[in-house]
Amino acid sequence: MTNIPETGRTPRVTIRLIAIQILVLSLLLTLGGRLWYLQIRNGDEYEKEAAGNHVQQVVEPAVRGSILDARGVPIADNETRLVVSASRTELMKMDDEGKAVLERLAKVLGMAPKTVKEKVRLCDAKTPQPCWNGSPYQPIPVTDDVKPEQALQIRERSEDFPGITAEPAAVRRYPAPNKANTSQALGYLSPVSDEEIEKAKDTDSPFLPADEIGRSGLERSYDAKLRGSSGVTRYEVDNLGRVMGRAKSDKAKPGANLVTSLDSRVQAVSEKQLDQAMKAARTEFDKNTGRNYKADAGAVVVMENKTGRVVSMASNPEYDPNAWVGGISGKEYAKLTGKKSNYPLLNRSIQGLAAPGSIFKVIPTAAAVKAGYDFNGGYDCASSYEVGGQVFKNFESKGYGTIDLGRALEVSCDTVFYDLAYKQWKKDGGNTPKKGAKDWFYKTAHQFGLGKKTGIDLPNEVEGRVPDRKWKKEYWEANKDAWCKQAKDPSDYAGKIARENCVSGMKMRAGDSVNYSIGQGDTLVTPIQMATIYGALGNGGTMYDPTLGKAIVSADGKSVNEIKPSPHGKLPMSGKTLKQMDQALQGVATRGSAAWRFGQAGWPQDKIKMRAKTGTAEVAGKQTTSWLATYTDDFTVVMTISQGGTGSGASGPAVRKIYDALYGVGSDGSVDKKKALLSKPQTKLPKIDKDGAIEAQRDKKPVAEGARPEAGEASGQPARREGEGGDQPPVPDTGGPPGNGQPGNGAAPGDGATPAQHVRGTRDEAGERP
Amino acid sequence: MSTRSFSLAGYGPRRRSAWSRLTARDSVVWRLDWIMLLAGTALAVIGSLLVYSATRNRTELNQGDPHYFLFRHVVSLVIGIALMGGVVWLGHRRLRSVVPVLYSVAVLLAICVLTPLGATINGSRAWLNLGGGFTIQPAEFIKITVILGMAMLLAAKVDAGDRTYPDHRTVVHALGMALLPIAVIMLMPDLGSVMVLVVIVLAVLLASGASNRWILGLGLAGTLGAVLIWALGLLDEYQINRFAAFANPALDPAGVGYNTNQARIAIGSGGLTGKGLFEGTQTTGQFVPEQQTDFVFTVAGEELGFVGGGLILVLLGIVIWRACRIARESTELYSTIVAAGIIAWFAFQAFENIGMTLGIMPVAGLPLPFVSYGGTSMFAVWIAVGLLQSIRTQKPIAA
Repeated sequence: MTNIPETGRTPRVTIRLIAIQILVLSLLLTLGGRLWYLQIRNGDEYEKEAAGNHVQQVVEPAVRGSILDARGVPIADNETRLVVSASRTELMKMDDEGKAVLERLAKVLGMAPKTVKEKVRLCDAKTPQPCWNGSPYQPIPVTDDVKPEQALQIRERSEDFPGITAEPAAVRRYPAPNKANTSQALGYLSPVSDEEIEKAKDTDSPFLPADEIGRSGLERSYDAKLRGSSGVTRYEVDNLGRVMGRAKSDKAKPGANLVTSLDSRVQAVSEKQLDQAMKAARTEFDKNTGRNYKADAGAVVVMENKTGRVVSMASNPEYDPNAWVGGISGKEYAKLTGKKSNYPLLNRSIQGLAAPGSIFKVIPTAAAVKAGYDFNGGYDCASSYEVGGQVFKNFESKGYGTIDLGRALEVSCDTVFYDLAYKQWKKDGGNTPKKGAKDWFYKTAHQFGLGKKTGIDLPNEVEGRVPDRKWKKEYWEANKDAWCKQAKDPSDYAGKIARENCVSGMKMRAGDSVNYSIGQGDTLVTPIQMATIYGALGNGGTMYDPTLGKAIVSADGKSVNEIKPSPHGKLPMSGKTLKQMDQALQGVATRGSAAWRFGQAGWPQDKIKMRAKTGTAEVAGKQTTSWLATYTDDFTVVMTISQGGTGSGASGPAVRKIYDALYGVGSDGSVDKKKALLSKPQTKLPKIDKDGAIEAQRDKKPVAEGARPEAGEASGQPARREGEGGDQPPVPDTGGPPGNGQPGNGAAPGDGATPAQHVRGTRDEAGERP
Repeated sequence: MSTRSFSLAGYGPRRRSAWSRLTARDSVVWRLDWIMLLAGTALAVIGSLLVYSATRNRTELNQGDPHYFLFRHVVSLVIGIALMGGVVWLGHRRLRSVVPVLYSVAVLLAICVLTPLGATINGSRAWLNLGGGFTIQPAEFIKITVILGMAMLLAAKVDAGDRTYPDHRTVVHALGMALLPIAVIMLMPDLGSVMVLVVIVLAVLLASGASNRWILGLGLAGTLGAVLIWALGLLDEYQINRFAAFANPALDPAGVGYNTNQARIAIGSGGLTGKGLFEGTQTTGQFVPEQQTDFVFTVAGEELGFVGGGLILVLLGIVIWRACRIARESTELYSTIVAAGIIAWFAFQAFENIGMTLGIMPVAGLPLPFVSYGGTSMFAVWIAVGLLQSIRTQKPIAA
């Protein structure tokens, strides 16, 4: 062995060894410090995280409640379909981001690979539909229209389809009983977005990523009730999600059913008659424009006078609401929102704006009485009326001599109203308005509920407009810059108008007031506003909030919450005036402008008193808008067709046929109660079984004349929810809805955007009558 | 006093019974560092419990037998302690003569890993398939043989009394000898072991008394090398991801940052006294991957709390403190270097392993000495303990 010195080390080594020792022991101290920090300092925080970690929530979506018509026939319910979904999270983990899997899937489903890929991409500012608008962590439905054998293929070859599932699921269905698709009033659903989940987090009805929510129509306004609450089962799980125990759980609460006041049979008649009236109008020649009427849009509302309940509500162009189910295709979305199809998503009953034309005249009549004019006084109905060098003519330049206000209403004498309006305008100070001007004609319009929402239980109702002084001023301030700029080139007609507007556009001119008095000019109303007014005329003067919802019935049937009619105002006239006006409107139906559709066309006026007022509104640069407002003791029907011609001409036959169907009026004027769809308003709710199912009233007789033939529909079935148990055998798609309602044309799916522009230009509408 | 070395042969009374030889006051048994042994054994016992807790539920790993890992762990432990006994019995001096052979065998095994005989786990091709379900991790043996090899070269002239400090030539030789296996392990790649080896090399050079310039130079070169490796993208994606997740664990809690995040949740939620052995939700729920090996400390943190985690740190501290004592008291440079190398290995590996579970070090696949499941690591650690014991028992009795 070697001979080594007693101390085997030099001082250098000793020092270095001590350094090593200090170093390594300080490493351990560091660890100790950090351990203290994590466990003692922040222990509570991590404890919470650990608790959240091993508890996994399994969400069982609640079955959405059905929407039923007044007789319990489902117009929106659920069916079990095989839904193929793709998990984006799984797909993104793959090297090719799931490309191969989606291509294989497309092959099995018989779809184009592009279509499948588009369905699972996420929506953003640059990505057009189709795309997934919901939560990226939620399985994205690719199609709900697969055959059981396709689903089996996907399931059995799960190794070929990682991240793809094929499961039966409850899917919304709009069965369109009697082929009444009720599209705009029903609305549609689409997946909830992450922002919405975040926003609703702390509210009473939080969303879950799997939820679909109502985006328009009844589906939206009653969304919270229909949706119910999803069940959440909390499991203690391990990292692979294997269940180790069960924690606190909430059971799914199915959504409530909504019974509406809609009658699908009347709805079907309304839709069909509206459609036919528009088709007929397109064959009519318009002398003023030298071509046939375009009849590009229309709406009809049938309402109960004494409650404001809406019996039917149709808007044309219409679309098939089933297009939204299971994710909308790009083509269909383009159709639904395109200009070409004239925005079928718009519910023109509540979103369509137009000048009301002569159906407005009930308002200046009431205003005149308020201003102190005698209803039975004598007023000159000249053939034309001159104001400030401008000549306003009566319709077809007809004069009736001296008549009372009732007769003026009956024959729709414009010059009587011109004169009244002009006198009032002068009284109020003319171009330099007095302080405390009465403005009877405008005030009364506001009191009739124009220029504000009726309060119908549908989203995105528009307000319309009463073109009073205040509006004139605001409008001028908003537009004067543009007008004054345009006015610098006063060579052409538009330039002249702009100049006039630039200089005096803030003023209520005599011509404006005169024009306004007959419902022309800048006045804009919706059909539902007019229906509310005429309904009030029919019930003694009470204006009700129009409602479609009639009762909310809990899924178990134990709680029935009836939605009571709710009045929002009284018509500003005495009972006497009301009666006089009612008489005059009866005259319109029997002797006046609507007589050729009613009184003189076999209408049993002695049995069912009909009141009517026709309107033909001018629109600058477009064809006239047809209006027809009518009411009986129980029902109000208001119809309009944009660019459709005259009130009685274009809308008359359709409104008459709707009444025929309602009351069972035969062509000979006989009234057959057995044929009547609804001779009295439906006051009772449909029968609710002990288990909560709502019994649909079955029709023994075929749906009356005018409705589309009934296809093999399940309208007689109680509204039992499919998919409630969740374990039914896969049901292949059974065709579901009618293919008849034009499957889509389009408008922006209706959030907020005021759709008025689509219907009408705003200013420069009506000049003078021809 | 003049101290001839106490070679086993020829010292003491010749004819003593084996028992009396073992129990005599000057016997090997008496002179063993029992404090270190007790601390090490305590760590091993705790480790067995933790390994059992971490694996009794992992049915996809334990083939349905909850004791599968525990049994194998205990068998490895027994073999490891036997290996320690063997090393003590042979003595580190006798082993010194076969260091070149041990070194060559270890390097050859390491190279074999790169051949089809190697097995890849977690992105590293660091295991050697022995058949029959047995694998070894040659990098663990490399750690010992690099220490022994470098010590042999560096101490040769000094222990012979020719020089006070190893000369530059020797240092170059020693570094070359270390670089070969480091390069092989780099190819696997087993970054954790490379890091440990670099630290070992630095500690060995320090303890050898090599010139300060070498220490500073190597420190600088190491830093530069790390920067280069990063800049040239020589790291695999999984390694870069681990570092990225280290820098910001919230980056991708479901992906790269998952391990560290879950590990921290497990430890943090343990609090002062833990959730109780076998009661940890993170552990039973298997939220922390590799929990019986690299992340075994999280079981202690969660189930035994600050008390249990602290105990492990204290026990490791005791082992290292005793090892430092042995390094300081040894009279040969060879022994000093070997002890210093082992200290650096244990300390750094423990720091890196626990540090990554606590989120203060990047994730690198390294077992916790004495505690983690893993046969090769267990063998290597106990062989190292044997070397330390041998250094202690074979030093001259000073007083």
